Amino acid sequence: MNVIEATGRWVRFRVEEAGRAGRFLEEATLALGSVRSWLPNATLQMRRLGVDSLPIGLLIAVFTGIVLALLASYSFTGAVPLYFVGTLVEKTITLELAPVLTGLALAGRVGANIAAELGTMRVTEQVDALETLAYDPEAYLVVPRVVAGTIMFPLIVGVAMIVGLGAGWLASLGFLQLSSDEFLKGARLFFSAFDIEYGMVKAASFGFAVTLIGCYKGLRARGGAEGVGHAATQAVVYSAVMILVLDAFWAMTWLHGRT
Amino acid sequence: MIKWIDVYKAFGDKPVLKGFTLDVHEGETVVIIGYSGSGKSVAIKHVVGLLEPDRGTVEVDDKDVPTLPRKELYELRAHIGYVFQFAALFDSMTIGDNVAMGLRKRGEMSESDIQHRVAEALELVDLPDVEQQYPAELSGGMRKRVGIARAVALRPKYILYDEPTTGLDPVTSAVIDELMIRMREKLGVTSVVITHDMRSAYRVGSRIAMLYEGRVRQVGTVDEIQHTKDPIVRQFIEGRATLEGEAAALVSPAAAAGNAVARGGGRA
Repeated sequence: MNVIEATGRWVRFRVEEAGRAGRFLEEATLALGSVRSWLPNATLQMRRLGVDSLPIGLLIAVFTGIVLALLASYSFTGAVPLYFVGTLVEKTITLELAPVLTGLALAGRVGANIAAELGTMRVTEQVDALETLAYDPEAYLVVPRVVAGTIMFPLIVGVAMIVGLGAGWLASLGFLQLSSDEFLKGARLFFSAFDIEYGMVKAASFGFAVTLIGCYKGLRARGGAEGVGHAATQAVVYSAVMILVLDAFWAMTWLHGRT
Repeated sequence: MIKWIDVYKAFGDKPVLKGFTLDVHEGETVVIIGYSGSGKSVAIKHVVGLLEPDRGTVEVDDKDVPTLPRKELYELRAHIGYVFQFAALFDSMTIGDNVAMGLRKRGEMSESDIQHRVAEALELVDLPDVEQQYPAELSGGMRKRVGIARAVALRPKYILYDEPTTGLDPVTSAVIDELMIRMREKLGVTSVVITHDMRSAYRVGSRIAMLYEGRVRQVGTVDEIQHTKDPIVRQFIEGRATLEGEAAALVSPAAAAGNAVARGGGRA
């Protein structure tokens, strides 16, 4: 009986949670129409969530580019022409590593930041205060952050792609004695504009998911400092998992089957 | 006029309001007293639609709050000032911006008129020249007064005060009481005040209602409450730890323990 009860309670909780998340998404979508409420805040959030996150994105890109070049050289072991290092660095950086590694780093920085900020506002009744002043929290707090994340993640990832590729190039020159011409020949060999498009769209979907989850968890925070901490932790974990899920989703639905 | 009509509200399996019914007439100040966790804050959150009743309804100016469409609910909120227990000031904004928030949202006034109104509201609560400071730079009492200024800046028809004097020293409490009286006398505001502080309740209240076990135990003028024969109300207003004789049996264990009912929560 206890097992059945516990299972029933768990299922009911999950269904309720899914319903709440669905309603939250619906309200946030409807709030997109209140442009006057979210637009001024969106520019501020673009700076806070985007521009301020640039250093961490670039740091990851530099090290990823260097490691990828050396890893490629090690893996080829003389059987594959060394200029393919450029190919591997370009493909891996643009299609996968720049969006995913940057996304995961930003899930920590941006997701936790949003959840902690909105969670604190929730438990100190600032969100209630906003509502009593006739502000719609979805339009005033959620939409600017989600719009900023969806726009700024691809920009950060775009810069990370360039920096990662540059770092791989410099590492090839410095450590592998590969000439610039050879590296660029390899990079151009299988280059397609689709690679960048794919990486950017993926990054936009990561930005959307990370900011939306951060807002949802923050606004659902309860019970003081502990509740805020819990919300921030959940936001980071759920965001990281969602990034991996979306990564697989795009690979299966968009990348798979392309020639 | 504000009306709670047979309101029921529970959080999970914990009932808080169980048939709460009360009217607040134009121009009066009704003080709601009751034990901690008895549902006083829950009751006033229904007035601005921050909570929805499980059963029953709340009417403000004959508008049924729980069924109002979102746009009309926001229009209604523009006529109701809400003073939060811990002020709930936006800590990333200056005091001036905090007080101006509601006015900017309305979009009816120029920025210079807004600044003028902000200064006027802060003057009313005896806090001139704090516009450029941040909430963290002010004392608890000053923050509460800013909360009142934020509410009155909108020139609301109603103000709901959630424990405005809790945690303040007697002198600051008296200042807040004076402010609430000033709001009614100068601006003709209709108010609902939640408090445990009986001295404050007697000073500011036109009528006092005691919330007990989810419903109104007694409502009456200050004089009627002061001379009540109801043992539960007497115990509360006199601040006695225990009831005497048969009356002790009237107190439920939940109320005696001071029911720790969950506070807060947004519109579900």
